[in-house]
Amino acid sequence: MSDSKTPSTEIGPVDGSELATTDRFADPGVPEHKPRLTDTDPKAAARSERIVTILFVLSVLGTIGSLVAYFAVRPDGTVPGVRASTLWLGVTLAISLLGIGFAAIHWAKSLMSNREYVDERHPIPSSPEVREVAVVALQQGVEDSGIARRGVLKGAMLGSLALFPLAVAVPLISSVGDDWNVSKFRHTLWRKGMRLATDPDGRPLKAADLTVGSVAHMMPDVSTEVRESGEWISEKAKAVILLVKLDPEDIRSEQRPGSSYDGIVAYSKICTHVGCPVALYDQQTHHLLCPCHQSTFDVADGAKVVFGPAKRPLPQLPISVDDEGYLIAEDDFAEPIGPSYWERLR
Amino acid sequence: MSTTASNPKDLKKYTDPKTPAGKAADYLDQRTSIGVAVKEFARKVFPDHWSFMLGEIALFSFVVLLITGVFLALFFQPSMALVRWEGDLPQLHGQLMSAAFASTLDLSFEVRGGLLMRQIHHWSALIFMASIVVHMLRVFFTGAFRKPRELNWLVGMTLMILGLAAGFSGYSLPDDVLSGNGLRITDGVVKSIPIIGSYMSYFIFGGEFPGEHIVARLFTVHILLVPGLILALIGLHLFLMVLHKHTQYPGGGRTDKNVVGFPAFPVYVAKMGGNFFFIFGVLALMGATLSINSVWNYGPYDPSPVSAGAQPDWYMLFLEGSLRLMPGQAEIVTWGDFTLSLNVLIPAVVIPGLLFTFLLAYPFLEAKVTGDRREHHVLDRPRNVPVRTGLGVAFLTAFVILALAGSNDLIATHFHLSINAITWVFRVLLFVGPWFTFQVTKRICLGLQRKDRELVLHGHESGRIVRFASGEYVEVHTPLSDQERWLRVNYEATRPLELAPAADARGVKRKGYASEKRWHQLSRFFYEDRVEPVTPTELAAAHTTHDALAAADERGGELATASSHSADLER
Repeated sequence: MSDSKTPSTEIGPVDGSELATTDRFADPGVPEHKPRLTDTDPKAAARSERIVTILFVLSVLGTIGSLVAYFAVRPDGTVPGVRASTLWLGVTLAISLLGIGFAAIHWAKSLMSNREYVDERHPIPSSPEVREVAVVALQQGVEDSGIARRGVLKGAMLGSLALFPLAVAVPLISSVGDDWNVSKFRHTLWRKGMRLATDPDGRPLKAADLTVGSVAHMMPDVSTEVRESGEWISEKAKAVILLVKLDPEDIRSEQRPGSSYDGIVAYSKICTHVGCPVALYDQQTHHLLCPCHQSTFDVADGAKVVFGPAKRPLPQLPISVDDEGYLIAEDDFAEPIGPSYWERLR
Repeated sequence: MSTTASNPKDLKKYTDPKTPAGKAADYLDQRTSIGVAVKEFARKVFPDHWSFMLGEIALFSFVVLLITGVFLALFFQPSMALVRWEGDLPQLHGQLMSAAFASTLDLSFEVRGGLLMRQIHHWSALIFMASIVVHMLRVFFTGAFRKPRELNWLVGMTLMILGLAAGFSGYSLPDDVLSGNGLRITDGVVKSIPIIGSYMSYFIFGGEFPGEHIVARLFTVHILLVPGLILALIGLHLFLMVLHKHTQYPGGGRTDKNVVGFPAFPVYVAKMGGNFFFIFGVLALMGATLSINSVWNYGPYDPSPVSAGAQPDWYMLFLEGSLRLMPGQAEIVTWGDFTLSLNVLIPAVVIPGLLFTFLLAYPFLEAKVTGDRREHHVLDRPRNVPVRTGLGVAFLTAFVILALAGSNDLIATHFHLSINAITWVFRVLLFVGPWFTFQVTKRICLGLQRKDRELVLHGHESGRIVRFASGEYVEVHTPLSDQERWLRVNYEATRPLELAPAADARGVKRKGYASEKRWHQLSRFFYEDRVEPVTPTELAAAHTTHDALAAADERGGELATASSHSADLER
């Protein structure tokens, strides 16, 4: 290595530096090979060979066992049945694999030669001669193509290469985002007069059914067909609310007329942080906790954030009751529900 | 390399073109010149160390992922079309759910061995990521990323990020409540990106969250795009590894110009082959006995329910913890009524961005402050590069604190602590912890280096106490063997870069002095504190004190300096 004059690389200590040559210990060289027991004692070697053989045989038995397990342990569709089948198939598979694994490694470690060899490393950079030939080759190529002389051609080529991905990217990108109408974030299914239905059974709820301190998970009251359509899940993801009946005296936030009914308040269930359903309600403190990132909202105080990574209160759904006493929405949410996004207030 | 092949005539028996094996070899060689490859690689030497097996674990768990993944893909339906499940589980029978969830149930309950394959696949993914991370730690702490391996470090980093993408996209496929909420969080994070966030959310979900496309899209990402890239980059990773030849730990006879170890054939064929079966076996055992992601307990995804105490897979915990720690006040409304959700953007985009940038940039940063352009093939002992080791431990501390913060609810319920208090403790620890562990680690490294010096200079304590005629007691130390000493003195204590003066001889200010000065300061941070290896002169001097003492002993202990020398011996 020391004789080659390759640019910008050196291996080993810098020659000529004060540290290097002068006052250093000498390398004692590769340690002497110490024979193992199996190298010197034929009995030990025979024992190792026997162990390796047994391990390979164990693997064969594991494979046979797995075939037996496959036909003998039939899962019956119940959880315990499937678990039993999984256990038998898995353990026999493991025996079949581990037998081979242990056998091969034991063979390598106890019987194969463990004498160390030394290989020379070669410098990574190509030699100056090779580099020179490479540069000449490139130059010849450039000259043959005439690209340096034909400026217009070069520009045309670069331009076409730069532009052609658009022909693929534009149809792709414009198609994958559906209609790109992000203003849909603003609206939910809630309309004036729409009844509140319990989630998941879809039963409308009367205001009288709620006692102080009770909580109900609600969604818009829509027909079964709508609920069984493919689009429903995206609508539900925006419309779910949490209904809490408080003692009207506990409510500290100012309630505009028509926003709550007889101490019953409805807040969006979708966290204003990153959108998890806010589900853990504490009756004592009126705090609502998001189990994902622990944003805590005070239901008695306009669902304002009291702790955690969320900033904004949960949007409130204005509610009242219809003639039959069922809870209904008075309007859609006044602001977009869920996580913040750039044009949320626009 | 000198080979000790047995009698060449024995080998002729196999390679003779008249035998069946010889004919096959001849046939292949006539068409592929495979002889060249065999000559090159059969007895190629690889160094041996248990820590070189960590990357191998990642490779083999990836192979297991491919095997089990093909099995799963044959039965899984990547569709969000609603179907009514007619299976036997009473709690889910007759329920409306996506075809993805239904086929996951069928795969688990109807296909024999299906649940086993699912569980092996999931465990393999966890082990895959874990072994990648531990392999990276080994490479980092031993300085294996130095020239000429910087580019391979970048390839490895990319593989790790692809591993995260593979894990995340696969985890989301069954379309259960847990994974659905994970996607919900992803949607929230994407929406926090300024200007294009809402559109990116539409891009990913094909409209509003969750839509009807995400499972099919993630499926393509999970079984085609990401594994294809991973396979290609593994190829590149291993190609570069073979090209550079493997690094080796320091020791007698190991230099930057050679590689000392065992030949690929047969030792590594047996060891690596055995290791593959061992890893597959352990993963099979885990899949058989440790139940994981039993989606039938969670139910199909519905935007309304959520379970408390839910945790992502371990490699995502740091992101989850980062989100949990950020105070909400950071969300601001900018000019023009645009919302800037820094409470999401900082923990979910900026913090991981900083962590990954540190890892990507580190090899280049260290080379720059070291002023080092040499090739390195002998690894560093972590103690010999105290600041690098300290930085690595600080990085790890930040990662672990974030991951723990991702479980703050479980910590609160298990230890009956206030979740708010825990969150505050982690908020403080995220800043104090890495600084503290950096300082402690650096000091420990310097201490270990001093202990090495001590050992080299004074040898092992023998436990043998000798009394001089003067009445003085000393403990006799046995000197280190050549190999023991070489391990402790064979390193360079790098010095900070020299800074040329701001002005040249004629008093003209140099261009680029300010930038040089900043690099110089960083270089001093790295190499200001250092312990030089013992030199032969120092060792000889140490021995001289012994001799002086012995001489003093012979002369009846009259040398005035003897007591100070013996103090030196005891130290």
